Amino acid sequence: MNEMAVPLPDDIDGAHALELFRQMLRIRRFEEKCAQMYSSGKIRGFLHLYIGEEAVGTGVMQSVAPRDAVVATYREHGHALLRGISMNAVMAEMYGKQEGCSRGRGGSMHLFDKATGFIGGNAIVGGGMPVAVGYALAAKMQQNGAVAWCIFGEGAMAEGEFHESMNLAALWQLPVVFCCENNYYAMGTALDRSESQIQLVEKARSYRVVAEEVDGMDVLATEAAARRAADSARAGNGPYFLEFQTYRFRAHSMFDAERYRSKNEVHEHELQGPLRTFGARLEASSLLDEQRRAELEADIAREIENAVAFAESGTPEPVSELGRFVYSEVQP
Amino acid sequence: MSTTIPAGMREMTYREAAREGLHEALTRDERVFLMGEDVGRYGGSYAVSLGFLEEFGPERIRDTPLSESAFVGAGIGAAIGGMRPIVEVMTVNFSLLAADQIINTAATYLHMSGGQINVPLVIRMATGGGLQLAAQHSHSLENLYAHVPGLKVLTPATVEDVRGMLATALADPDPVLIFEHILLYNRKGLLAADAGAVDIHRARIRRAGTQVSLITYGGSLWKCLEAAELLEQQGIDAEVLDLRTLRPLDDEAIMATVTRTRRVVIVDEGWRSGGISAEITARIHEQAFYELDVPVQRVCAAEVPIPYAKQLEDAALPQVADIVAAAGRLVKGND
Ligand SMILES: Cc1ncc(C[n+]2csc(CCOP(=O)(O)OP(=O)(O)O)c2C)c(N)n1
Repeated sequence: MNEMAVPLPDDIDGAHALELFRQMLRIRRFEEKCAQMYSSGKIRGFLHLYIGEEAVGTGVMQSVAPRDAVVATYREHGHALLRGISMNAVMAEMYGKQEGCSRGRGGSMHLFDKATGFIGGNAIVGGGMPVAVGYALAAKMQQNGAVAWCIFGEGAMAEGEFHESMNLAALWQLPVVFCCENNYYAMGTALDRSESQIQLVEKARSYRVVAEEVDGMDVLATEAAARRAADSARAGNGPYFLEFQTYRFRAHSMFDAERYRSKNEVHEHELQGPLRTFGARLEASSLLDEQRRAELEADIAREIENAVAFAESGTPEPVSELGRFVYSEVQP
Repeated sequence: MSTTIPAGMREMTYREAAREGLHEALTRDERVFLMGEDVGRYGGSYAVSLGFLEEFGPERIRDTPLSESAFVGAGIGAAIGGMRPIVEVMTVNFSLLAADQIINTAATYLHMSGGQINVPLVIRMATGGGLQLAAQHSHSLENLYAHVPGLKVLTPATVEDVRGMLATALADPDPVLIFEHILLYNRKGLLAADAGAVDIHRARIRRAGTQVSLITYGGSLWKCLEAAELLEQQGIDAEVLDLRTLRPLDDEAIMATVTRTRRVVIVDEGWRSGGISAEITARIHEQAFYELDVPVQRVCAAEVPIPYAKQLEDAALPQVADIVAAAGRLVKGND
């Protein structure tokens, strides 16, 4: 496929590398299906695709431990699947069904799962950051070793909540890993049109937080960086900031006409896409071939078809249930 | 003036009662901690937590930076993470910097997550005017929060309530906001020696009467009680209903008092436009319209930012004389 691809390091665990590829492919294909279901009117509201950025979530999630919490944004389908929410529950949520992971009350932007510590799905830019800091505070006070993973786009770094959260996490030395997914655009606003300081790591360092720039298109790099961050946070060294440099291949949401960037620019980045480059490296290392690829694709396609069927046959939450969960059902 | 204290009762200020409630909460449950600006070394901006830092230590009495959004949001995250935080926001005016966390996060997570993620968070804040602190420290914005499903809004007016509502709020699985009126902190009241948690779903009649109902809450309760005394001298028998909780409103108690007296004055330090007084008026209209002899009257803050100068501030806030006049008009105008 790509003769220029650099083989993977000799000491790589081949099975693990292939698994990383499979995980990225799984969320890519899932979201392609979502886009299709959106066009056919099955999914409504806002739908923000992660296509192009899969190496970030995939690498990061390898270091997320069972007791950790993940606080993400509205662009969180990939993270939710990687964290272990079933594809059925995610697809059913997008369909607004009772079997959805938020019982159809959240939709694409508000996937939640208490069992896996997936604390949303927050669609207020910057809004999840203080929550992640608080979760880390609870972890530190209870000394339970949990880490809070706070995932956000670079656009959020202009919000006050970023600065307040960064300061508080650093001041109190809390186990938070701040994962900035820098795809260079906040809707249509390019980074250099919104930030006076585009070296994002400098912002984190100004709070005396350890910060790294990471190639967000290379899943091995994202995985290694997340492991360093997790080790540091778990060792009690306070928060850690990772800037993952990546790119969004699709529109911001399904409503975006993409007037702010050229097709050519997108295409250039697609050539460096995480699946394309990593797939080529796996092939160069003889870990992947046409047949293996076809098997992976077939397995994933089956899972997706099942998820669609599950969502289709799901129960619309009865309107009589509308008022539930405004307050807890068990009151003291 | 020295009145004898009935057996089994203690006299204390609202501040002392708030403090006792906090102290008890911190002593009873290790998961409880207090955080906010100047709650520790300074002792709390209204001196409610004075001495707590020394007693409970800096882990549980956390001074925060000036970051309302971050520390309120951190309260949410800590609550989700298994703690029972009490967050103190100096005044409701500053809570607007945390409105995102309170309204977009705390109030929504349970519903938006399909019932999975509840937020057992208590937020305390001071509210109200009367100390000549002008337009950025004197507003009564509690009814902004009473607008929001998912929140509970408590407005303790008595020593018993400020002490007991905290315990009830902490036992609640959902976010509860407690508003303490700044003029109440030094006010004395009687508290039963065995005072404890109190119900937060019921309004309470603080003075029974037959001719007119004064419906109020928080700092205005005491103005209403004073007004009722003056009305009595004029031969008017006023009932005073203390709402205690602005969300959920106790419709039953409101309609019961309307039915008894058939005349209503709502007294609120918030503005009338779009405020809790408007909400109560609408509910009476919906549920007890034919019980009324005369239209509902309101005594609210003037529609201005609360000013500094004493005479202007006094004119902007509901005063006892305004309440007496409004109630008198209702009763006499109808006789
Ligand atoms: C507080 C707030 N302001 C504005 C918006 C509208 N909005 C949604 S996403 C977005 C861009 C965010 O960009 P970024 O943080 O870089 O994340 P990305 O979408 O690129 O993943 C904007 C402006 C919002 N949801 N919340």
